[in-house]
Amino acid sequence: MSVLAAADQPTLEDFGNDVWWIVLIKIVGIFGVLVLMTLFAIVFERKVVARMQQRIGPNRVGPRGYLQSLADGLKLAFKEDIMPALADKPVYFLAPVIATIPAFLAFSVIPLGPTVSIFGERTPLQLIDSPIGVLIVLACSAMGVYGIVLGGWASGSTYPLLGSLRSAAQMISYEIAMGLSIVAVFLYAGSMSTSEIVAAQADGTELSFFGLEFTGPSWFAVLLPVSFVIYVIAVVGETNRAPFDLPEAESELVGGFHTEYSSLKFALFFLAEYINIVTVSALAATLFLGGWRAPWPISIWDGANTGWWPLLWFFAKVVVALFVFVWLRGTLPRLRYDQFMRFGWKVLVPVGLVWILVVATLRAVARESDLDAGQVAVFVGVPIALVLLGGLLLASRMRNRDTRVAAREAAAGGPAPAEPEVLDPRGRDQASGGFPVPPLDLVVPPSPRLRRRESVGAGTVVGTGRRSSSTTDQEDDDV
Amino acid sequence: MSGTGMSGTAMSGTAMSETAMTALAAAADTGVVIGTGETIVFWVLGPVALAGALGMVLSRNAVHSALWLVLTMLSLGVFYVVQEAPFLGAAQIIVYTGAIMILFLFVLMLVGRESSDSVVETLRGQRVAAIVLGIGFAGLVGAGIARATEDLPVAGLAAVQGTEGGAAAGNVEAIAGVLYGRFVLAFEVTGALLIVAAVGALLLTHTEREPGVGRSQKERSRARFLTDRPQTLPGPGVYARANSVAAPGRLPDGGLAPSSFATGIEPQRVDELPRTGSAGAEREGLPHAGGTDAALGTIGGATTGPVPGSGEGAPR
Repeated sequence: MSVLAAADQPTLEDFGNDVWWIVLIKIVGIFGVLVLMTLFAIVFERKVVARMQQRIGPNRVGPRGYLQSLADGLKLAFKEDIMPALADKPVYFLAPVIATIPAFLAFSVIPLGPTVSIFGERTPLQLIDSPIGVLIVLACSAMGVYGIVLGGWASGSTYPLLGSLRSAAQMISYEIAMGLSIVAVFLYAGSMSTSEIVAAQADGTELSFFGLEFTGPSWFAVLLPVSFVIYVIAVVGETNRAPFDLPEAESELVGGFHTEYSSLKFALFFLAEYINIVTVSALAATLFLGGWRAPWPISIWDGANTGWWPLLWFFAKVVVALFVFVWLRGTLPRLRYDQFMRFGWKVLVPVGLVWILVVATLRAVARESDLDAGQVAVFVGVPIALVLLGGLLLASRMRNRDTRVAAREAAAGGPAPAEPEVLDPRGRDQASGGFPVPPLDLVVPPSPRLRRRESVGAGTVVGTGRRSSSTTDQEDDDV
Repeated sequence: MSGTGMSGTAMSGTAMSETAMTALAAAADTGVVIGTGETIVFWVLGPVALAGALGMVLSRNAVHSALWLVLTMLSLGVFYVVQEAPFLGAAQIIVYTGAIMILFLFVLMLVGRESSDSVVETLRGQRVAAIVLGIGFAGLVGAGIARATEDLPVAGLAAVQGTEGGAAAGNVEAIAGVLYGRFVLAFEVTGALLIVAAVGALLLTHTEREPGVGRSQKERSRARFLTDRPQTLPGPGVYARANSVAAPGRLPDGGLAPSSFATGIEPQRVDELPRTGSAGAEREGLPHAGGTDAALGTIGGATTGPVPGSGEGAPR
C-alpha cells in the first residue's frame, strides 16, 4: 500500500460512524442496485444466450427488448398465488423470504468504491465492513440454503423435495470448496475484511527480472490462480447455475425446489437466485480481480481510483463475471449428480487443501528469507501452477489414450474393437447377474370392463399390447 | 421427541437464558457500561432465543422443531457479534446453522411430512416429571454459574485481546493466537477425532461392489461410442390409443422402426384413425377427409395399398 493509494482507501476505522441519513442512502442505494442488477442480469443472460444459440432473444418490450424482465416481473406479480393443498403453510410462506433476505444482506460488505463525498460527508462506498467481512457473505449464503431446502420440503410434493435434497447436499459441499479457496486470499491479504483485501491488491510488487524492472501483477487471480479457479467453479455450484443446476434440473425435476411456487413467492426465489449470482460475481471481483480498483491500462491515469470512477470499474468487472456465468450456461451440458458430487469432494476439496498448504509454505519461506510475498508468488507460485496445469493436461490425455486410439481406428474404417454386448431376449441368466425378467408367456386375464362392453356388442380393439378378450386375440395375432 | 429429549432441551433453553442474565447481572455489578444498542439487542433477541428454544421443544413436527432451533442459534450468533466476538458469531452461523442444522434437516425431510409426534403418554406422569426436573436442573446450573462468576474481576476486552488496529490487533487475531498457540494440541486432537469419526462411519457403511459382476458404466459408454449408434435406441411409439412397449416407433415415412422393437415382445400394430386424405378415407366418406394431411401433401393421397403402419381396416 503506497501513500498515494492509501489516500482514498478506507480502513476499518472509517466504518460505523456515518450519519444516519448517509446509512439510509447507502441501504436504499444497495437495494436499488441489486434489484436493477437482477433486471439487467436476466435480460443480459437471455440476450447473450440467444446470441450463442444463433437467436435474437427478447426484442419486443422497451428499446431493443431491454425492459423485458421488468415486464416479466410485473406479470409475475399479477399471477394467481397458489397454495398447494399439501403444503406446510407457515414454512411454505417463509421459505422465499428466507431465501431473499440473506441474498440482500450479503451485499452490505461488498466495497463498491473508495471514500467519496456524499452531500459533503466523506464516507466509503460500502455499507459496512468488519474484521470478518468475507465471512458475513459466507454466513449469508449458508442462510440462503434454508430458503431453498424449506421451499422444497414445504411444497408437499415429490419433485420439489428431491430438488431441495439435492440442493442441500450440493450447496454444503460446494461451500466447503468455496471457503477453502478464499482461505489463501486471507493468508495473502492478512485480513478477512473486504476493504482491506481490496487495499492489499492495490499495488503490484516491484520485480526485477534479469535486470529488467517492472511492476508485477497485483490481482489475487494472478497471484493465486488455483484459488481463483476453485472459487469460480465452486460458486457456480453454490448458486445452482448450469452446468451444476441439478436442484432445478428441468429435464429431471420439472422446476426443482420451486415447482409448486407461483406469483410473488416464485418471484422472490427468482430474485434471490439472481442476487446471489451478482453477489458472488462482486465477491469474485473484490477478492480476486482487484475490487473497485481500475485494471492496468486505465490505472496509469492518476484519477482512476478516486471519486466515483471506481464504481464504473467495479460494475464492469461484475458484468464480465456475469458474462462468464452465462457463457458456462450456454456451453456446458448438465452434469450427472454423482459425477458432480465426486468432482466436488474428490477434486475441488483436496486441491484446495493442498493449495492452502503450498501458499502457507510460500508465505513462511518469504518471511524467513525476507522476500516480498508477491515476488515469491510470481517466481515460485506461477511456474508451479503452470507445471501443474501441464501435468494435468498430460495426465488426462494419457488416461483417454485407449479411447482416442480406438476412436481413430473406428473412424478410419477399422473393425470396432469392442462389440457391444447384445442381451438375450429373455435376459441374462439371473444367477449370473442378469436382470430379473417376468415370464414372457404371461397371459393377462381378461378385463371385466371389456367383457361388459362385449356383451353390449361393441367389441372393439382399444389398444395393442393388451391381449384381453377372445375377439381381440385373433385380431392382434394376425397383425 | 418425548420425555427425555423434552427435558433435555427445556433445560438447555432455560439454562442458556439464565446464564445470559447472570452474566449481564455480573457485568452490571462491576460497573462495566453496556451500550444502549447492546441492551436493546439483548432484550429483543433474548426473548426470541428463548421462544426458539421453547418452540423447538413444543412443536410436534420435527422440521418445525429444527427451524425453531435455527432461530435460537441465529440469535446466539448475533449475541456473539454484539459482545464483540464477531469471528465466533460468524463461525456459529456458518458452522452450526449453515452446516450442521442443514444436515439435520436433510435427515428430517426424509422422514416424511405427515409424521409428527404422538401426544400419548406412555409413562404416566412422565411429562410433569420432565418439566419439574428440567426446571430444577436449569435452576441448579444457573445458580452454580451465578455463584461461580459472582466475584470474578472483569478484565475488559481490550486487556485480553487488544483493540482493533492496536498492537495486539483484534478479536480474530486473539482467537487465532489462543487456538494455534496455547490450545494447539487440543485443537489438533479434536480435528483428528472428527476425521476418525467421519472415516469410521464411511468405513462401516461402505459396501464394496463385487468385482467382475459387470462392466462399469464408463466401459459400457466407451464401447457404445465405438459402434454405429452412440445414442440411445428409439423408444416405443406413444399414441392416443396405445402406449405399450409393444407398439413400435415410426419412421418418418410411416413405417415401423425396427430398432424400436422391444426385446422378447412381438411388435403390435396400433389401431388408429384412418389417415385423412387417403383413398380409403375418401371412399368411406369420412367428414375430415382431405384435411390437414392433404394440404401438407403427405403420403396418403396417392396410396391405394396399405400404408405401412396405418392400421388397415381399423374402423369397423
